[in-house]
Amino acid sequence: MELAGLLTYGIFFLTLVGIYGLLALGLNVQWGYTGMLNIGVAAFFAVGAYSSAIFTTQPSPGHLGGFGLPFPVGFAAAMLLSGVLALAVGLITLRLRSDYLAIASIGIAEIVRLFLKNEGWLTGGVRGLAGIPRPLAGWFPGYDALAYLALVLALVAAVYWANERAWRSPWGRVLRAIRENEAAARAMGKNALLFRLQAFVLGAMVMGLAGAAYAHFVRFISPEAFDPLFATFLVWVMLIAGGSGNNRGALLGAFAIWVVWSATEIFVTRLPEDLVTRAGALRVLLIGLLLQVILLTRPQGILPEKPPRPERAD
Amino acid sequence: MEVLQLLIYGVVLGGIIALGAIGVSLTFGILGFANFSHGDLMSAGAYVALIFFTTLAWPLWIALPIAVMATAALAVVIDRSLYRWFRSRQPVILLISSFGVALMLRALVQIFWGPDTITYQTGIQMPYRFAGLRIRPDQVTILVCTVLLVLAVHLFLQKTKMGKAMRAMADNPGLARLSGIDTERVVLWTWVLGGSLAGAAGVFLGLDTRLHPEMGWHLLLPIFAAAILGGIGKPYGAIAGGLVIGIVQETSTLFLAPAYKPAIAFAILVVMLLVRPTGLFAGRSTV
Repeated sequence: MELAGLLTYGIFFLTLVGIYGLLALGLNVQWGYTGMLNIGVAAFFAVGAYSSAIFTTQPSPGHLGGFGLPFPVGFAAAMLLSGVLALAVGLITLRLRSDYLAIASIGIAEIVRLFLKNEGWLTGGVRGLAGIPRPLAGWFPGYDALAYLALVLALVAAVYWANERAWRSPWGRVLRAIRENEAAARAMGKNALLFRLQAFVLGAMVMGLAGAAYAHFVRFISPEAFDPLFATFLVWVMLIAGGSGNNRGALLGAFAIWVVWSATEIFVTRLPEDLVTRAGALRVLLIGLLLQVILLTRPQGILPEKPPRPERAD
Repeated sequence: MEVLQLLIYGVVLGGIIALGAIGVSLTFGILGFANFSHGDLMSAGAYVALIFFTTLAWPLWIALPIAVMATAALAVVIDRSLYRWFRSRQPVILLISSFGVALMLRALVQIFWGPDTITYQTGIQMPYRFAGLRIRPDQVTILVCTVLLVLAVHLFLQKTKMGKAMRAMADNPGLARLSGIDTERVVLWTWVLGGSLAGAAGVFLGLDTRLHPEMGWHLLLPIFAAAILGGIGKPYGAIAGGLVIGIVQETSTLFLAPAYKPAIAFAILVVMLLVRPTGLFAGRSTV
């Protein structure tokens, strides 16, 4: 019984690590590769989650749809719609300095949150959206959670592989060039805006995919779940702790920070009763402190960025 | 008539936004980063005032200056302990750090005062009425104090050496350094000024509405919009920008669900970024 409980918790834990890993990989393309400050990760995460949920749930009077479509359609819709949102945001803000993108991205996240909350006909409003199907349920009777973990890890592996390919490709090299010295990249004839837009949209699509993976995992979503704290801040801490620009670092960061975050939960639930309601804030304080310590002492993260070795020309 | 009434509310809110935007605009101009913790600095000020104004029941004219000084001190402490070390690196690291600081400040407020909504004073205030318009005594206090603070900021920026140095540095940090301005001292005083105004704005926001750990965070977007509208590094622009954003936000409720008020600030921000990213007042160098 002990062991079974531990296994269940392990599967739950690793699935969430996988979802955060996807978010961190998406952010890595935007921030790690290209140096774009997206403080609105939550927006793309939420759009992905809601898109997939609306496409795959059974028809319900509480929200738009659902359309009862199979989950791959939901996942594809999540990526597509997050990408469309990113395209719109990117076209407006990517010409500007990175600070303005950061400001605009919190604006987007805020508006998406307001929209989810207030447009009940589409999203179910504050009541949320329930009955989201779990993909692969029933394929391996008794092992639904494990099967879903395998699916999430397969997605992580696929995105990791794509990210690594992109990192080594000429495309990734241009992104790094833009990050390091945009003027020089443009002098070499690269259309910086176009490359940034591509990186921004691709990163956002991965975040949308993470949102879909999350929706089908927890099977009930409401605007509360897309608080900037969980969906944006933790992802940033993960990427910076693991190592911006390093995909293995992003995944390691997702794992390590989720361990820390879960460990603080175990710690604070042992506090006296009257303090438990404030314990959540204590956890945030600790994670915030951790971020500052990392920025002060090891800004390159646990696994620093390693540019691919140039091939010998001669 | 309803428009006039909303205009009054808009000016009250606009004044609060303006006080926040002055600090954001100056730190953006001088240190080169968008300070994401400014809104939560306001919350901190509001909650410090709660101790003296509500718990100890001291009068506002004592509680307000204490909160203002405490917030200024807090801003300086954050700068000395964190931001100072990031300044030699890229400004984006400052931005990320400030995002973390924002959450830490909010967490501290929640740890000490809990997550619930609190008011400074219970009971209903009878509004003053004239010509069919209503204004609460608290709002009169806010307006009078805001005008006095803005006047004080104006005198400080125009008449004192430090104020002139601050404007010079916000306008062109490199040039200011070359002309022998002690930049560390200017940075220190920028945090004192920005922190003080944030503290006051937080108290006013608490008086106008209620206290909540996220009160400042929710005002951050309008504050950024105001600072960008007025032109980064232009304190007078920030005041004008704040008033515009406040008034537009309040009057927007005539034709838009009130829940979407923050979206209006965002819309103005986006239009400004598209049409005139340097802000309305960039053409003039000092005013």
